[in-house]
Amino acid sequence: MGLTGIQIFKMLPKTNCKECGQPTCLAFAMALAAGKAELAKCPYVSDEAKAVLAEASAPPIRPVKIGNGERGFTIGGETCMFRHEKTFVNKPGLAIYVSDTMSDEEIDQKIENFMKYRYERVGVLLKADMFAVKNESGDADKFKALVDKINGKTDATFTLMSDSTDALSAAIGVLGDNKPLLYAATKDNWSEMAELAKSTGCPLAVKAANLDEAAELTQEIQKAGVKDMVLDTSSRTLRRAFEDQIFIRRLALQKKFRPLGFSTIAFPNEMTDDPIKEAVIASMFIAKYAGIIVLSEAEAHNLFPLTVARLNIYTDPQRPMMMEQGIYEINDPDENSPVLITTNFSLTYFVAGGEIEASKVPSWLLIMDTEGLSVLTAWAAGKFVGDAMGIFIKKSGIADKVKHRKIIIPGYVAVVSGDLEEELGPEWEVMIGPREAAHLPAYLKMWKAD
Amino acid sequence: MAIEIPKRTYKGAIRTITLGAGDKAVTVGGETSLPFYLFEGERPNPPRIAMEIWDMEPEDWPEHALEPFKDVVSDPAAWAKKCVEDYGAEMICIQMVSTDPNDKDVPADQAAETVLKVLDAINGVPLIVWGTASHEKDTEVLKLICEKTHGKNLAIGPVEEGDHKQIGGSIIAYQHTCISSSPIDINLAKQMNILLGNLGVSDDKIIIDPTTGGLGYGIEYSYSVMERLMLAALTQEDERLQFPMINNMAKEVWKSKEAKLTPEEDPLMGDPKKRAIVIECITAMLLLLAGSDILVMRHPESIKLTKEIIGDFMAAN
Repeated sequence: MGLTGIQIFKMLPKTNCKECGQPTCLAFAMALAAGKAELAKCPYVSDEAKAVLAEASAPPIRPVKIGNGERGFTIGGETCMFRHEKTFVNKPGLAIYVSDTMSDEEIDQKIENFMKYRYERVGVLLKADMFAVKNESGDADKFKALVDKINGKTDATFTLMSDSTDALSAAIGVLGDNKPLLYAATKDNWSEMAELAKSTGCPLAVKAANLDEAAELTQEIQKAGVKDMVLDTSSRTLRRAFEDQIFIRRLALQKKFRPLGFSTIAFPNEMTDDPIKEAVIASMFIAKYAGIIVLSEAEAHNLFPLTVARLNIYTDPQRPMMMEQGIYEINDPDENSPVLITTNFSLTYFVAGGEIEASKVPSWLLIMDTEGLSVLTAWAAGKFVGDAMGIFIKKSGIADKVKHRKIIIPGYVAVVSGDLEEELGPEWEVMIGPREAAHLPAYLKMWKAD
Repeated sequence: MAIEIPKRTYKGAIRTITLGAGDKAVTVGGETSLPFYLFEGERPNPPRIAMEIWDMEPEDWPEHALEPFKDVVSDPAAWAKKCVEDYGAEMICIQMVSTDPNDKDVPADQAAETVLKVLDAINGVPLIVWGTASHEKDTEVLKLICEKTHGKNLAIGPVEEGDHKQIGGSIIAYQHTCISSSPIDINLAKQMNILLGNLGVSDDKIIIDPTTGGLGYGIEYSYSVMERLMLAALTQEDERLQFPMINNMAKEVWKSKEAKLTPEEDPLMGDPKKRAIVIECITAMLLLLAGSDILVMRHPESIKLTKEIIGDFMAAN
């Protein structure tokens, strides 16, 4: 909440009636400021005070939902400048640009790529989210047909780009609940655009020449009854676009400047003709605050690195990414392949798994649930210790998959081998692997089942 | 209505550090605001890129990484020369891979000889020498290299808590620059710089290696530690953190399976060369945004594009 306890106190009845459960109005005000009480607990607060307090407690960057239900995502709602301060919350949407003047082949290829280039990592689906469809032809029917086609063949959400409210209305009509972002209200057309956004319930992008103009437009549009907006300040050089992103977020978070308290849409596709450079610019917008990032190509060599960058930057720094507990097959192992065990911290898995894969030695990797802790931390916390590991190994079912009874543990937890042997019983042999994952390939190449 | 942009004032600044000696020496650091926040501070020395070479022929590089160097990879001196003459490298970073005691375990005198040949071939371009992070072996190898290259002001690393006295001593004695290395932790980074200061390494001879995670392999940890380091250096005037940062990123990028996979191995991963270059450039972009001053990079096309990106950040508005 943006107000202090004293500021809130001034708006309360000051009767100390205790009906809210607090001993005094001042205590209640302090609790409100700390986010530990709800205003509704006070039966006597005025409507005016309610409105002011609701406004003050609204998120500084408005969360905006695009699409609907599973086919949809939220942007905005961010609360910090640097991810280590808390975390970045709502991942930016990656949009693929198409125009209704492109050939059918080109459009079909993009649709196919959009559905095809998807990846799974730490249980998260990595993919592009959206199509940004431009009504370049000026023909409303053509635009509507294209949007209809993409909507039918994909699970995408949409940014609809047109100057014509007729073309936009027609396309909104075929999308049903899949609410698109409308692009864009400008100083010349904002009134009709706001009308359309209001009547259809779609969020509205605001394109302005600069920050000042953007702030003026959002205030006008808000007065016209539209709350869900997304900003485009027209910067198309790297430095200007970077600075605008920082300015907008600073104004929203540090100055609580409501007219710019919105997420943004960025257009790397309009910033260079080199598709590789475009992807690199897009990664800048992932780290620096964009809500939607429009790309000209849906190619694997761009989408994979960008979706991984987005996953990494938006990982909660307080909560490590975890792998699911279980048996992971690497390089197609068989009954004579080595068995290794490590923790379910995703980085541990990626580094160890990567080295095992690089060794080309077929192997079984047991990933044990240690609540996302790395090897040494999990050991120190008593989660990656002999008896727990033994119970997990027995339950995992690995004994049915291999003929030998040898288990390789990370060198850093060599001390658990005694307890582990005791838990597993005499038929198992516990082997101490290397300390560093980088030494796994050399180790595995020497390893023998008998 | 003219909006007033909230500007931040910084009390601290990053020190300037010079690598190499003579007219091709390179100066980095000196920034007085967060990375590329040129609207509220200065960056007299833009970030620089060091081209990576190995002291032996690489065995596990994918074809698309080898291709630009395939005529020279068996000769480190020729390789370094090609980087400088054909690709315009402003700095070279030699990875002393062959000295790894768990692998080839090439002895120190042979390693030093290779470094001398490389120095000879690059004609004054600054050189970074990167060991294998094995304390015992690095102590032998890097100490000897320091001695044999007296006064050339090489950047020598990684210098870690476990070997800083031995290697640091030689760095001081033979007038080189120290790469102060710590495992992705702001307090340990500071502690290393205090230890080096106590040992007598002067403040214009330290570069921080915060440890680099690759894209998909922990880059978010490096990213946030670097941001915190920059903030502490600039806004809390933490003078034991006011040093430029280096990211030895090429080996992290290129050892990942995603930089190597062929279309036959995984048809959903697209063109391997383009993909690897995008991964290398995005890694570079994120590290630049977090505060890197020196990036160690591999592919000439990644380097060219990253230079262009740095130019775009530094361009007048």
